[in-house]
Amino acid sequence: MDNTQVDNIQAKPAKADDAHPMDNLLRMDRMPHIWCTGCGIGIAVTAFVAALEKAKIDLNKVSIVSGIGCTGRVAGYVKLDSFHTTHGRPIAFATGIKLGNPDIKTVVFSGDGDLIAIGGNHFIHAARRNIDMLVVCVTNFIYAMTGGQVAPTTPLGAYATTCPYGCVEQPFNIPYLADSSGAVYVARWTVLDVRRLTNSFVEALNKRGFSVVEVISPCAQYYSRINRLGDGLDMMNFYHDHCEIRHGEDTKNLDIGFQSKIIVGKFVDRERPTYTESYNKWLARVDEGTKDS
Amino acid sequence: MKANPKDVLTGVHYIDGDVASGYGALAAGCRFIAGYPITPSTEAAETYGRIAPPAGAMFLQMEDELASIAAVIGASWAGVKAMTITSGPGYSLMMETVGYGAALETPFVLLDVQRTGPSTGVPTKTGQADMMQSRWGAHGDYEVIAIAPDSPQELFDYTIKAFNLAEKYRCPVMIMADECVGHMTEKVVIPPASEIELEPRRFYQGSPDQYLPFRPDLDLVPKMAKAGDGFRLFITGSIHDEKGRPVKNDEYKAIYTKRLVDKIRLNKDKIIELKEENTDHAEVIVVSYGISSRVSIKGIEQARSKGIRVGSLRLVTVWPFPDEKVSELAKKTKAFVVPEINYGQIAFEVARCSHGRANVVLVPHGGAGVHRPEDIAEAIEYAAREEKKIEQVIEYKTRLEKLVFQSRK
Repeated sequence: MDNTQVDNIQAKPAKADDAHPMDNLLRMDRMPHIWCTGCGIGIAVTAFVAALEKAKIDLNKVSIVSGIGCTGRVAGYVKLDSFHTTHGRPIAFATGIKLGNPDIKTVVFSGDGDLIAIGGNHFIHAARRNIDMLVVCVTNFIYAMTGGQVAPTTPLGAYATTCPYGCVEQPFNIPYLADSSGAVYVARWTVLDVRRLTNSFVEALNKRGFSVVEVISPCAQYYSRINRLGDGLDMMNFYHDHCEIRHGEDTKNLDIGFQSKIIVGKFVDRERPTYTESYNKWLARVDEGTKDS
Repeated sequence: MKANPKDVLTGVHYIDGDVASGYGALAAGCRFIAGYPITPSTEAAETYGRIAPPAGAMFLQMEDELASIAAVIGASWAGVKAMTITSGPGYSLMMETVGYGAALETPFVLLDVQRTGPSTGVPTKTGQADMMQSRWGAHGDYEVIAIAPDSPQELFDYTIKAFNLAEKYRCPVMIMADECVGHMTEKVVIPPASEIELEPRRFYQGSPDQYLPFRPDLDLVPKMAKAGDGFRLFITGSIHDEKGRPVKNDEYKAIYTKRLVDKIRLNKDKIIELKEENTDHAEVIVVSYGISSRVSIKGIEQARSKGIRVGSLRLVTVWPFPDEKVSELAKKTKAFVVPEINYGQIAFEVARCSHGRANVVLVPHGGAGVHRPEDIAEAIEYAAREEKKIEQVIEYKTRLEKLVFQSRK
């Protein structure tokens, strides 16, 4: 069903009691979404929308920026100022939005390939600068939208269409990368832990600085299928049996191997001046200087 | 609206083109420049980085050109006038995102201080080989405006005009400078702010739920909104309908693409700026732009001293190309001479518009320098003498080439 041509869908008009509490934050005219059966991105979006309501921030001042990929479609379904940008660049766009209007809270919601492979450079620099933004990285260990290619998080030994004999590369440990680049808030949850994920989103939305929440999600149609891991529900069961919550764990120890234990929790929560704060402080000194000269 | 006095460094300056462009950007009301250092454009970014903070504007050196152009487009959607500064290699890196900006009708300015290419080329010397790229650089259909200034004064004036055009037509505007005009130091007169006319952004004034982001006005340009005003915009690079929702069928695509190119093509006469001299009874007309137009002045002088009636058409605006003007001139003159620092780019456009009525003589140059005026003069003489009608662009063999290739025999 080609759901991008919304006009062709003959939907029943919604009655007042048909409305869902989250309808005002979702672009209901674009439903149904494109995500597959067994995909976890929808859960991540639900958690995020719930967090938006709990966080009590001015929603007119939140901009959501996504890149390209399955998770990159999130911006199109959330009813905020939404930007669906080019592959790998949502963090750079969000930096521009933030510096163009510092009152805007920027949220980047994209996938592991988009943010860490092609977008890796922007990820580490925005973290280093501590630009005030929340980065939600949905990690499904694969490039799903384009048919199942290897990602920078694909575990050693796993299969993908572009490593048909198994992946020989060591994957990135995203919380470690974020931590060592200077992020002030780093957490990881699977889509099974919806409430904890929602709480992390609330904390991160209220946090000033570069915050990263990694969301481990099943990809039932590509990653799980290619690697014979079952369907979405099987992956959720796997998370249930193999996740361990370890708040404050050293991010060095958060590597994910193929079908290995996944450590989740909140790992980093620290304070550091944001880019805008440092800039404004410095600007005051520049102004003083030019006045004196 | 007029420029803000605190943005304008009124006075008589002796500065180079890059610096002049930095001054021009601030005077134009640019609030954000994101860039990456690249010779020979870096000074423009450095200048802006120095004058912006006291004026309340911002310069940020990003980690690469890709980030720079992305941040500029983001800032534009946050409501500020934004610009980036680069040269050939960086220009190539930015191309995908230029297309994104064009597709979303984002106003922004891009200064390309062209250098000798291809690839790393000669970073410290001039070139004019990015001209076709400025129009066709990104994949897909879209149109841009490209301006070729010929001096530091023009770099100041046309940086301001570039911002005005970008706001008016909601498109990328390329300032196709080159290392020579960028690095030459000349007198630049900056008038008082009250004499500088700026085009403000046309923001949509109605209610958010009635806003159609891509519903155009009569001049084919839609009113703009910005993030943070409660519009809950949806801005996407996927082809979208008036509401900004992605669509796939070819009917929508026709409407959308046609408007995207038409808004420039149908407004050409309001956009194009040319400097035409002595073309009425000219035997030969020199069509040039940028630094080559300045070298041509000498070449034309030398040819005139031999009794040839030479006219000149300087392209201040290179894209959209002045098809009608060139076509009209082709009927009146014997030949066009096109000196450019490349092996043929705008010459082909001139030939296309001549429809075989006038010969087109390209005076090429590989870069790492400018033409010798004698080469342009001799090409003019040849063009005036050549009686045969030759449909292909004639590549004139310059003295440099004769020297280099002869000595190898």
